[in-house]
Amino acid sequence: MNATDRPLLRVERLTKRYGERFACQDVSFDLWPGEVMGVVGESGSGKTTLLNCLSARLGPDGGRVLYNTRHQGMRDIYETSEAERRLLMRTDWGLVHQNPRDGLRLAVSAGANIGERLMAVGARHYGEIRQAATDWLGRVEIDEARIDDLPRAFSGGMQQRLQIARNLVTRPRIVFMDEPTGGLDVSVQARLLDLLRELVASLGLSVVVVTHDLAVVRLLAHRLMVMRQGRVVESGLTDQVLDDPQHAYTQLLVSSVLQA
Amino acid sequence: MSGTETGYNYAYLDEQTKRMLRRVILKAVAIPGYQVPFGNREMPMPHGWGTGGIQVTASIIGPDDVLKVIDQGADDTTNAVSIRSFFAKTAGVATTTRTEEATIVQTRHRIPEKPLKEGQILVYQVPIPEPLRWLEPRETETRKMHALSEYGIMHVRLYEDIATHGRIATSYDYPVQVNERYIMRPSPIPKFDNPKMDMNPALQLFGAGREKRIYAVPPYTKVKSLDFDDHPFEVQRWDESCALCGATDSFLDEIVTSDRGDRMFVCSDSDYCGDRQAARRKEAAE
Repeated sequence: MNATDRPLLRVERLTKRYGERFACQDVSFDLWPGEVMGVVGESGSGKTTLLNCLSARLGPDGGRVLYNTRHQGMRDIYETSEAERRLLMRTDWGLVHQNPRDGLRLAVSAGANIGERLMAVGARHYGEIRQAATDWLGRVEIDEARIDDLPRAFSGGMQQRLQIARNLVTRPRIVFMDEPTGGLDVSVQARLLDLLRELVASLGLSVVVVTHDLAVVRLLAHRLMVMRQGRVVESGLTDQVLDDPQHAYTQLLVSSVLQA
Repeated sequence: MSGTETGYNYAYLDEQTKRMLRRVILKAVAIPGYQVPFGNREMPMPHGWGTGGIQVTASIIGPDDVLKVIDQGADDTTNAVSIRSFFAKTAGVATTTRTEEATIVQTRHRIPEKPLKEGQILVYQVPIPEPLRWLEPRETETRKMHALSEYGIMHVRLYEDIATHGRIATSYDYPVQVNERYIMRPSPIPKFDNPKMDMNPALQLFGAGREKRIYAVPPYTKVKSLDFDDHPFEVQRWDESCALCGATDSFLDEIVTSDRGDRMFVCSDSDYCGDRQAARRKEAAE
């Protein structure tokens, strides 16, 4: 069995408790290369806790998260050393925060923000780093002339695109996104979603995207999980779940969307 | 020990404190460039005046040592004079301004121009020891980054320099990698002095009093200044030579001599400059 016959990420009965309360319980799924998994649910349903557990930032109380590493096959990310985990996080994985200010270094220029991950993995040629930063600014539709501007001089939508470029520059295999379009107005959202779709398809990225916005998963996600009170109540192909919801909660969620 | 102040222990600190400091120094020497925490003591001067360096010196100085203290290269500035007299009084040691005669050189902001020898110890006064601090405010995180050799952000800083100024404009406290492992701040010495740290026969000790850290570069240890492949490390150069001794190979200070814009460039190392002037006078007399 070679590496492509296996899922990139396998989650088995993942459970996380805060005290007596279950934040997420018995969550299992496989994520395959090139696949986009959406996780929806209302506030407090355990979406973000799940994402934190998946992205190696919050140790679970039960279950396993297996990642198909490039050289060592499937490995439980919580059994690898912290050094390996941190290396994964800055090479193979990307993390897009809801608030771009959490994911960017605001005190350094846009170019340095993009170049940081390259330098972290050993790039030591200024010209090449600069060239990569310029290319990525172009790919996320930011004017290349703004390469030396500080991110705080950018609009919210530009900051979010810069955060995406900063994550993708090392060609990660999985990107975890937490409400990537939160706090953006609709036209900016639409452009960002367009861009994400294009990047995901052209780079063959696997993505786990957490959101409460059904329109976002409709556009981005191939598959969908609906969470409520820490449990997955329904999962399946995105269109199938949204068009023909089976669980009462999913039906409520789908019918709650305002029609413009 | 005639001439020493009474009522104080030898070299001001009590013996227990000196033992603690020596243990810390041994650990620092064993792990080049690694910052070892120590129990900072109240010294009879404010932080920022070299309390870290003084505690290091106090713990290693013996009655036979000869002490030289420089501040910005000069032996006759306030800081240097007062630290020298502090140890003359509390330890009764001989002091000197001549680099080659000293066994211990305590310094602020410079490495002497004359090459150091085996057996000599250079003690640096350090204001901020943590090289990663400028981008990472959390101490827990910086320690983890050191432990895992995650030093990418040091180059982010150099990248910013080139993006803003077209070259690496950092001119002092220029970050180095010691023994191919730890990234270290060399204290605010000019980058002109960085190459002198590499494979130096003398022991180099760094003391940061307020931040409670001691670190070290043992004799003959590799010290590499960080750079990019296409922007290699370079030291400062001057078009002028020293106005007093004519030196072209030393670090020059610019001194404004009038309110009409007159200025002169002179060696910052007063001992080096003085020796060269004396040699010139001797030559002229002959």
